[in-house]
Amino acid sequence: MARGLFAESGADLQLVGIRKEFPGFTAVEQLDLTVPAGTFFALLGPSGCGKTTTLRLVAGLEEPTSGRILLGGRDVTDTKPHRRPVNTVFQSYALFPHMTVLENVAFGLRRRGIDDPLGKARSALRLVELDALADRKPAQLSGGQQQRVALARAVVNRPALLLLDEPLGALDLKLRRQMQLELKSIQSEVGLTFVHVTHDQEEAMTMADTVAVMNRGRIEQIGSPEEVYELPRTAFVANFLGQSNLFPAVVREAGDDAVGADVAGHRILVPRSRAQRTEGTITLGVRPEKLLLLTEEPTPIAGINVLGPGRVTDVSFSGVSTQYLVEVPGAGTVIVFAQNLVFGPVVEPGADVWLSWRVEHGFGLADAPRGSALQQAHEALVGGAET
Amino acid sequence: MSGQNQAGLVLGQETGAELGEPPRRPRRWGLGAGRWLLPAYCALALAFLLVPIVYTIAFSFNDSVRTNIAWRGFTLDNWLNVCDEPGVCEAFGNSLLIGVVATGIATVLGTMIALALARYRFRFRSGTNLLLFLPMATPEVVIGAGLAAQFLTAGVPKGIGTIIVAHAMFCLSFVVVTVKARVASLDPALEDAGRDLYGSPGQVFWRVTFPLLLPGILAAALLSFSLSFDDFIITYFNSGPVNTLPTYIYTAATRGIPAEANVLSSAVFLLAIAVVLIGQVGAQARRKRLGIATR
Repeated sequence: MARGLFAESGADLQLVGIRKEFPGFTAVEQLDLTVPAGTFFALLGPSGCGKTTTLRLVAGLEEPTSGRILLGGRDVTDTKPHRRPVNTVFQSYALFPHMTVLENVAFGLRRRGIDDPLGKARSALRLVELDALADRKPAQLSGGQQQRVALARAVVNRPALLLLDEPLGALDLKLRRQMQLELKSIQSEVGLTFVHVTHDQEEAMTMADTVAVMNRGRIEQIGSPEEVYELPRTAFVANFLGQSNLFPAVVREAGDDAVGADVAGHRILVPRSRAQRTEGTITLGVRPEKLLLLTEEPTPIAGINVLGPGRVTDVSFSGVSTQYLVEVPGAGTVIVFAQNLVFGPVVEPGADVWLSWRVEHGFGLADAPRGSALQQAHEALVGGAET
Repeated sequence: MSGQNQAGLVLGQETGAELGEPPRRPRRWGLGAGRWLLPAYCALALAFLLVPIVYTIAFSFNDSVRTNIAWRGFTLDNWLNVCDEPGVCEAFGNSLLIGVVATGIATVLGTMIALALARYRFRFRSGTNLLLFLPMATPEVVIGAGLAAQFLTAGVPKGIGTIIVAHAMFCLSFVVVTVKARVASLDPALEDAGRDLYGSPGQVFWRVTFPLLLPGILAAALLSFSLSFDDFIITYFNSGPVNTLPTYIYTAATRGIPAEANVLSSAVFLLAIAVVLIGQVGAQARRKRLGIATR
């Protein structure tokens, strides 16, 4: 360990076959992951999915039951947390209440015996625009200010890897947006590798270069935010990252380009490259904003899927868009987001409508959405108890 | 802004009045019995608590001869020549020594036990909890007699050493309970942060954990000292020829307590009050300083 040295740049992080068991449950089932140096990586999942445990394993605050952790190619699995070039911004900020803001930021520098810890701490506080409050105690700061102190306290050490454990969760929406931008700019400014754990999918998508969606101790999908959003590979991802309309379907034909399936008596096509399975039962999905609401039955056109007629059961206006719920017999309730190109909703509840979307916007999944609302509520409870 | 708010407030009041909300009926007994019942009750309770203390302090100024029962006139002699009465100061000194040493032992051991119990899961953890609770639940007579029998069997001569062992033993439980509460309220993320920020286990303990536990440890030490200082029953069983202040007063009571005992008791009382007051004033000043800094 190069004591007293700053990392030259971010290091890449590699998790190989990580598994973590706690008495009574397994937090991380099987995790293989590579985070390239200098990128902003988001680990996204519901509470209790094992993402915070993963972060603690990387920080060294927990030991994996099996598997290796490599940082910049070096195996740090058995390295104690205070010898790892990794720093964490904790969910609760974990600022030391008995020290001033300045001493909090200087803590890591002092422990490593770095020259001029107070001067470096001051410039780190300048980076987050809090140098004026250096002599205060953490309790005298607002939530947003505390968050920035926690960030400065971690960044000042120039770690090869910075871990963020839902640090924006406690902030209100406006402040969170502001902090997201700030975090992103600090990351590009100092060139660190960031691993950000969050359950806020919007936050993950706006900030990260790469998103990994985690569920039940496993990673379900990794990719760029656009990739994961536009082409989810499991029903969990389709519903956790934004909303999706999912229809159970039976494959009738499988061509070279497209797969045709039967949804409640309608022939729906999905590109073969976007289908996880090409035979038997599959789940067809399409994002609500890709749907078009039609008040008359359209004439069939190649490349357009049509579902209907269905009955509008609910209309809710939210400014930029309007959400319609349409009950399609046999296919269930379909959500449609329509941009407000005209004033107000175009149809009223009770109206008969048809839904259409371009074939290339659909996707096919091998699994079905898990469970009812009741089961989800139960999962949320279990998840809450774990974290 | 505030002008608008005020206007809104006034408006709100007016509309409330216009709506004709019935004015709150004053509670009948609140004007009658309640007006004097509570203060009278409080005065009685306070008198009940304070009269013996006032009596003790007042009679420390009594110009007594042999017995200190009847008021014979005011004097400062008792305060100026406390140690003239044989045995009083020696007993007081013993009590101080025993209190300090027993508190030291109980606080160090108790803090370590409290940390272990609050932080780690280990075999016999619940058993340890139970064992620590026992001295608090067991009648002092039983503990005192039991210890005396033990010392006799082991052939340990009774004296200051045996008293210290006995006091450290029962103070330990109170220290553990007090410090454990403080450990439980400590966010474990703080220690994680210390480790994450390159603090070795020792550094994390002395720079993060200990300073944050210090108020709890101090409270435990104070409690422990006061328990040790005024313990009579367990001390009486294990003291042998040594007198502490409580055992001295007890024996003296049979032939009339000397006024010097009143002086020492009053001094301890006033000292305790002073400690509490200084603590309060200090906390107040700190709050004030922080409050001004925030604005």
